[in-house]
Amino acid sequence: MRGLVTILLAVLTGVFCTVVSFLPPIGSQDSAPNTHITPVYISQSEKDTGSPNVVTGTLADYRGFDTMWETSVMFLSGLTVVLILNKSTVGRRPEKEDDYE
Amino acid sequence: MMKDPFGGIILNIAFRVLVPFSIVYAVYVLIFGEISPGGGFQAGVALSVGVVFSRLILGEDAPFNISGASALILAGIGTFIFVFTGWISVLTGGHFLDYGKLPLRMEHVNEIHAMGILSIEVGVTLCVMATVITILDAIVKRSDDNGSA
Repeated sequence: MRGLVTILLAVLTGVFCTVVSFLPPIGSQDSAPNTHITPVYISQSEKDTGSPNVVTGTLADYRGFDTMWETSVMFLSGLTVVLILNKSTVGRRPEKEDDYE
Repeated sequence: MMKDPFGGIILNIAFRVLVPFSIVYAVYVLIFGEISPGGGFQAGVALSVGVVFSRLILGEDAPFNISGASALILAGIGTFIFVFTGWISVLTGGHFLDYGKLPLRMEHVNEIHAMGILSIEVGVTLCVMATVITILDAIVKRSDDNGSA
Protein backbone atom coordinates (compact mmCIF):
# COMPACT_ATOMS: atom_id res chain seq x y z
CA MET A 1 0.00 0.00 0.00
CA ARG A 2 2.78 2.40 0.87
CA GLY A 3 4.56 1.54 -2.34
CA LEU A 4 1.39 2.24 -4.29
CA VAL A 5 1.01 5.63 -2.60
CA THR A 6 4.63 6.46 -3.36
CA ILE A 7 4.25 5.56 -7.03
CA LEU A 8 0.99 7.53 -7.25
CA LEU A 9 2.58 10.60 -5.67
CA ALA A 10 5.59 10.35 -7.98
CA VAL A 11 3.35 10.11 -11.05
CA LEU A 12 1.23 13.04 -9.87
CA THR A 13 4.30 15.17 -9.21
CA GLY A 14 5.60 14.34 -12.68
CA VAL A 15 2.27 15.33 -14.24
CA PHE A 16 2.19 18.61 -12.33
CA CYS A 17 5.75 19.48 -13.32
CA THR A 18 4.99 18.68 -16.95
CA VAL A 19 1.84 20.78 -16.97
CA VAL A 20 3.62 23.75 -15.41
CA SER A 21 5.94 23.93 -18.39
CA PHE A 22 2.90 24.34 -20.69
CA LEU A 23 1.50 27.30 -18.76
CA PRO A 24 1.70 30.70 -20.47
CA PRO A 25 4.38 33.01 -19.09
CA ILE A 26 3.34 35.39 -16.34
CA GLY A 27 1.99 38.62 -17.79
CA SER A 28 1.41 37.13 -21.23
CA GLN A 29 -1.18 39.05 -23.23
CA ASP A 30 -2.55 35.90 -24.85
CA SER A 31 -3.28 33.92 -21.70
CA ALA A 32 -6.90 33.05 -21.01
CA PRO A 33 -7.57 35.40 -18.08
CA ASN A 34 -5.98 38.34 -19.88
CA THR A 35 -8.14 37.99 -22.98
CA HIS A 36 -11.56 37.23 -21.51
CA ILE A 37 -12.94 39.76 -18.98
CA THR A 38 -9.90 41.50 -17.50
CA PRO A 39 -9.50 44.13 -20.26
CA VAL A 40 -13.17 45.07 -19.84
CA TYR A 41 -12.75 45.52 -16.09
CA ILE A 42 -9.60 47.58 -16.48
CA SER A 43 -10.98 49.87 -19.17
CA GLN A 44 -14.54 50.26 -17.81
CA SER A 45 -13.87 50.21 -14.06
CA GLU A 46 -13.80 53.94 -13.41
CA LYS A 47 -16.83 54.64 -15.58
CA ASP A 48 -18.88 51.79 -14.11
CA THR A 49 -18.01 51.90 -10.43
CA GLY A 50 -17.03 55.52 -9.79
CA SER A 51 -13.86 54.35 -8.10
CA PRO A 52 -10.51 55.25 -9.65
CA ASN A 53 -9.02 52.22 -7.94
CA VAL A 54 -9.48 49.14 -10.12
CA VAL A 55 -8.95 46.77 -7.20
CA THR A 56 -11.68 48.39 -5.11
CA GLY A 57 -14.00 48.56 -8.08
CA THR A 58 -13.56 44.87 -8.79
CA LEU A 59 -13.71 43.81 -5.15
CA ALA A 60 -16.71 45.82 -4.08
CA ASP A 61 -18.73 46.31 -7.23
CA TYR A 62 -18.10 43.65 -9.89
CA ARG A 63 -17.49 41.01 -7.23
CA GLY A 64 -19.64 42.42 -4.44
CA PHE A 65 -21.41 39.13 -3.79
CA ASP A 66 -18.09 37.41 -3.21
CA THR A 67 -16.99 40.11 -0.77
CA MET A 68 -20.29 39.82 1.09
CA TRP A 69 -19.70 36.14 1.79
CA GLU A 70 -16.09 36.87 2.74
CA THR A 71 -17.41 39.22 5.40
CA SER A 72 -19.87 36.57 6.53
CA VAL A 73 -17.04 34.05 6.79
CA MET A 74 -15.11 36.55 8.92
CA PHE A 75 -18.09 37.01 11.24
CA LEU A 76 -18.71 33.28 11.48
CA SER A 77 -15.05 32.58 12.27
CA GLY A 78 -15.15 35.07 15.16
CA LEU A 79 -18.38 33.53 16.42
CA THR A 80 -16.88 30.04 16.21
CA VAL A 81 -13.75 31.04 18.11
CA VAL A 82 -15.90 32.49 20.90
CA LEU A 83 -18.08 29.39 21.05
CA ILE A 84 -15.07 27.07 21.18
CA LEU A 85 -12.99 29.07 23.64
CA ASN A 86 -15.68 30.21 26.06
CA LYS A 87 -16.30 27.86 28.92
CA SER A 88 -20.03 27.83 28.54
CA THR A 89 -22.29 24.84 28.78
CA VAL A 90 -24.27 25.80 25.71
CA GLY A 91 -24.65 22.80 23.47
CA ARG A 92 -22.73 20.54 25.81
CA ARG A 93 -24.11 17.30 27.12
CA PRO A 94 -24.53 17.32 30.90
CA GLU A 95 -22.20 14.90 32.63
CA LYS A 96 -24.48 14.13 35.57
CA GLU A 97 -28.19 14.06 36.16
CA ASP A 98 -27.85 17.03 38.54
CA ASP A 99 -26.92 19.31 35.68
CA TYR A 100 -30.46 19.24 34.40
CA GLU A 101 -31.69 21.19 37.42
CA MET B 1 -3.76 39.19 32.54
CA MET B 2 -5.93 41.80 30.93
CA LYS B 3 -7.73 42.79 34.10
CA ASP B 4 -4.50 44.33 35.33
CA PRO B 5 -2.78 46.61 32.85
CA PHE B 6 0.87 45.93 32.30
CA GLY B 7 1.77 49.38 31.04
CA GLY B 8 4.41 51.28 32.92
CA ILE B 9 4.91 55.00 32.47
CA ILE B 10 6.78 54.53 29.18
CA LEU B 11 4.02 52.44 27.61
CA ASN B 12 1.36 54.82 28.90
CA ILE B 13 3.05 57.80 27.26
CA ALA B 14 3.74 55.89 24.03
CA PHE B 15 0.13 54.72 23.97
CA ARG B 16 -1.08 58.30 23.96
CA VAL B 17 0.86 58.84 20.72
CA LEU B 18 0.27 55.49 19.04
CA VAL B 19 -3.44 54.86 19.46
CA PRO B 20 -4.83 58.13 18.05
CA PHE B 21 -2.50 57.82 15.07
CA SER B 22 -3.54 54.27 14.30
CA ILE B 23 -7.23 55.12 14.61
CA VAL B 24 -6.93 58.23 12.41
CA TYR B 25 -4.91 56.21 9.90
CA ALA B 26 -7.58 53.51 9.90
CA VAL B 27 -10.31 56.04 9.13
CA TYR B 28 -8.09 57.48 6.37
CA VAL B 29 -7.58 54.04 4.86
CA LEU B 30 -11.33 53.43 5.00
CA ILE B 31 -12.42 56.73 3.43
CA PHE B 32 -9.68 56.82 0.79
CA GLY B 33 -9.93 53.12 0.03
CA GLU B 34 -11.72 53.93 -3.20
CA ILE B 35 -9.04 56.11 -4.70
CA SER B 36 -5.88 54.69 -3.16
CA PRO B 37 -4.65 51.32 -1.93
CA GLY B 38 -6.65 50.28 1.09
CA GLY B 39 -10.19 49.40 1.93
CA GLY B 40 -12.42 47.86 4.51
CA PHE B 41 -10.35 44.87 5.54
CA GLN B 42 -7.17 46.84 6.14
CA ALA B 43 -9.02 49.66 7.90
CA GLY B 44 -10.69 47.16 10.21
CA VAL B 45 -7.37 45.64 11.22
CA ALA B 46 -5.81 49.08 11.83
CA LEU B 47 -8.79 50.12 13.96
CA SER B 48 -8.62 46.95 15.98
CA VAL B 49 -4.91 47.57 16.56
CA GLY B 50 -5.85 50.83 18.28
CA VAL B 51 -8.39 49.14 20.51
CA VAL B 52 -6.12 46.18 21.29
CA PHE B 53 -3.22 48.50 22.20
CA SER B 54 -5.34 50.53 24.56
CA ARG B 55 -6.69 47.32 26.08
CA LEU B 56 -3.25 45.80 26.55
CA ILE B 57 -1.71 48.84 28.14
CA LEU B 58 -4.51 50.43 30.14
CA GLY B 59 -6.51 47.31 31.07
CA GLU B 60 -10.25 46.96 31.34
CA ASP B 61 -10.99 50.66 31.95
CA ALA B 62 -9.27 51.83 28.78
CA PRO B 63 -11.02 54.69 26.93
CA PHE B 64 -11.44 52.74 23.68
CA ASN B 65 -12.32 49.48 25.30
CA ILE B 66 -14.95 47.31 23.62
CA SER B 67 -16.02 44.24 25.55
CA GLY B 68 -16.25 40.86 23.87
CA ALA B 69 -20.05 40.63 23.89
CA SER B 70 -20.59 44.05 22.34
CA ALA B 71 -17.78 43.35 19.86
CA LEU B 72 -19.65 40.28 18.65
CA ILE B 73 -22.80 42.37 18.24
CA LEU B 74 -20.75 44.97 16.32
CA ALA B 75 -19.46 42.27 13.98
CA GLY B 76 -23.04 41.22 13.29
CA ILE B 77 -24.02 44.84 12.68
CA GLY B 78 -21.15 45.23 10.21
CA THR B 79 -22.24 42.18 8.23
CA PHE B 80 -25.82 43.44 8.38
CA ILE B 81 -24.82 46.84 6.92
CA PHE B 82 -23.25 45.06 3.95
CA VAL B 83 -26.26 42.84 3.27
CA PHE B 84 -28.71 45.68 3.93
CA THR B 85 -27.00 47.82 1.29
CA GLY B 86 -27.60 44.97 -1.12
CA TRP B 87 -31.26 44.68 -0.16
CA ILE B 88 -31.91 48.43 -0.48
CA SER B 89 -31.07 48.22 -4.16
CA VAL B 90 -33.40 45.23 -4.47
CA LEU B 91 -36.22 47.21 -2.84
CA THR B 92 -35.73 50.12 -5.23
CA GLY B 93 -35.99 47.90 -8.27
CA GLY B 94 -32.49 46.75 -9.08
CA HIS B 95 -30.47 43.61 -8.64
CA PHE B 96 -28.84 42.57 -5.38
CA LEU B 97 -25.86 44.88 -4.65
CA ASP B 98 -26.70 46.99 -7.70
CA TYR B 99 -25.36 50.28 -6.33
CA GLY B 100 -26.71 52.36 -9.18
CA LYS B 101 -30.23 51.87 -7.82
CA LEU B 102 -29.52 53.22 -4.33
CA PRO B 103 -31.97 56.00 -3.39
CA LEU B 104 -29.47 58.84 -3.49
CA ARG B 105 -29.64 62.12 -5.38
CA MET B 106 -26.41 62.56 -7.29
CA GLU B 107 -25.45 63.81 -10.68
CA HIS B 108 -23.72 60.73 -12.02
CA VAL B 109 -24.50 57.10 -11.52
CA ASN B 110 -20.90 56.32 -10.71
CA GLU B 111 -20.99 58.69 -7.72
CA ILE B 112 -23.86 56.64 -6.32
CA HIS B 113 -21.74 53.58 -6.99
CA ALA B 114 -18.92 55.18 -4.98
CA MET B 115 -21.27 55.85 -2.06
CA GLY B 116 -22.47 52.25 -2.17
CA ILE B 117 -18.88 51.01 -2.13
CA LEU B 118 -18.15 53.27 0.86
CA SER B 119 -21.20 51.92 2.66
CA ILE B 120 -20.21 48.29 2.27
CA GLU B 121 -16.61 49.14 3.22
CA VAL B 122 -17.92 50.57 6.51
CA GLY B 123 -19.69 47.27 7.10
CA VAL B 124 -16.56 45.27 6.32
CA THR B 125 -14.49 47.51 8.60
CA LEU B 126 -16.87 47.07 11.54
CA CYS B 127 -16.96 43.32 11.03
CA VAL B 128 -13.18 42.86 10.80
CA MET B 129 -12.45 45.16 13.76
CA ALA B 130 -15.03 43.50 15.99
CA THR B 131 -13.92 40.00 14.98
CA VAL B 132 -10.30 40.67 15.94
CA ILE B 133 -11.40 42.13 19.28
CA THR B 134 -13.75 39.19 19.85
CA ILE B 135 -10.99 36.64 19.27
CA LEU B 136 -8.63 38.54 21.59
CA ASP B 137 -11.31 38.76 24.25
CA ALA B 138 -12.13 35.05 24.06
CA ILE B 139 -8.46 34.05 24.37
CA VAL B 140 -7.88 36.47 27.24
CA LYS B 141 -10.98 35.33 29.10
CA ARG B 142 -9.92 31.71 28.78
CA SER B 143 -6.43 32.38 30.10
CA ASP B 144 -7.90 34.40 32.98
CA ASP B 145 -10.22 31.53 33.90
CA ASN B 146 -7.41 29.00 33.84
CA GLY B 147 -5.24 31.22 36.00
CA SER B 148 -2.32 30.61 33.67
CA ALA B 149 -1.64 34.28 33.10
